[in-house]
Amino acid sequence: MIVRQVSPWGAGWNTPTASVAQMRRDMESLLERLTGGPQTDGSMAGVFPPMNVSEDRDHYYVRALVPGCDAAQLNVSVVHQTIAVSGTRQTPEEEGVSYHRKERADGVFSRSVTLPAAFDGTRVEATYADGVLTLTLPKPEAAKPRRVTVQTS
Amino acid sequence: MATDKTQGLQTREARDIATTTEATRPGMLLTPPVDIFEDLNAITVLADMPGVGPGELKIDLHDGVLTITGHAAAREGSNEVPLLHEYPREETFQRSFTLSEAIDQEQIRATLKHGVLRLRLPKVERAKPRQITIQTG
Repeated sequence: MIVRQVSPWGAGWNTPTASVAQMRRDMESLLERLTGGPQTDGSMAGVFPPMNVSEDRDHYYVRALVPGCDAAQLNVSVVHQTIAVSGTRQTPEEEGVSYHRKERADGVFSRSVTLPAAFDGTRVEATYADGVLTLTLPKPEAAKPRRVTVQTS
Repeated sequence: MATDKTQGLQTREARDIATTTEATRPGMLLTPPVDIFEDLNAITVLADMPGVGPGELKIDLHDGVLTITGHAAAREGSNEVPLLHEYPREETFQRSFTLSEAIDQEQIRATLKHGVLRLRLPKVERAKPRQITIQTG
């Protein structure tokens, strides 16, 4: 099982780790352009499903690419700050056929990501459309940015 | 160029096409993984194209070359800040197959379900032996 820690600093913070992470992302996107796609990137080999995680003011969003699953075969569970996605992809066996190519993988997958702050686990929404599993995780009030008025004396 | 051993179908990678065409849509051009299998009546192609809706899929048949193109639009809202970025925000899946005369090009059928394209390429009905009656005049 693959566990990946999301940077606790979030994006945009001017910390040494964030700049290194940003540089790494830039290099990866440059390499993606040069080599023609993320599939050729060896560091991602075997990591399934690919996930993008993002946030706005009120929510975290986790989007995983899991084409060819049924919604009933996908499990999403939430523990503290960690969200786990698991499931099975089963392409029905075809009778009496001969395969010329078998590039698509089948089987069981499991992956979890730890988000940088707490989220409200009771109100997580999961939708599955066009092979993309989208999780919307509302941030609790305490995790939302709050505007503080600066007063002059 | 990678080719199949099938008589009816050969695959060409997106890069071969990319050299002759310019990208006109934003996002990255990717080669979707495919399964290709054959039974007595048809050749079937399955292609993973997550994020591509039915309206974003184009199937083009030109000079015996079948090209599938699917566009997965960006799903992120404009206010979202990425935290983990493993696949492109926006991507175009493209792959081409060279069809032979043995495929009935009029009867090609495509369905898209849960981000998987299923293309059915029926073979041409084989010429059946016929009895010819000789009439005496």
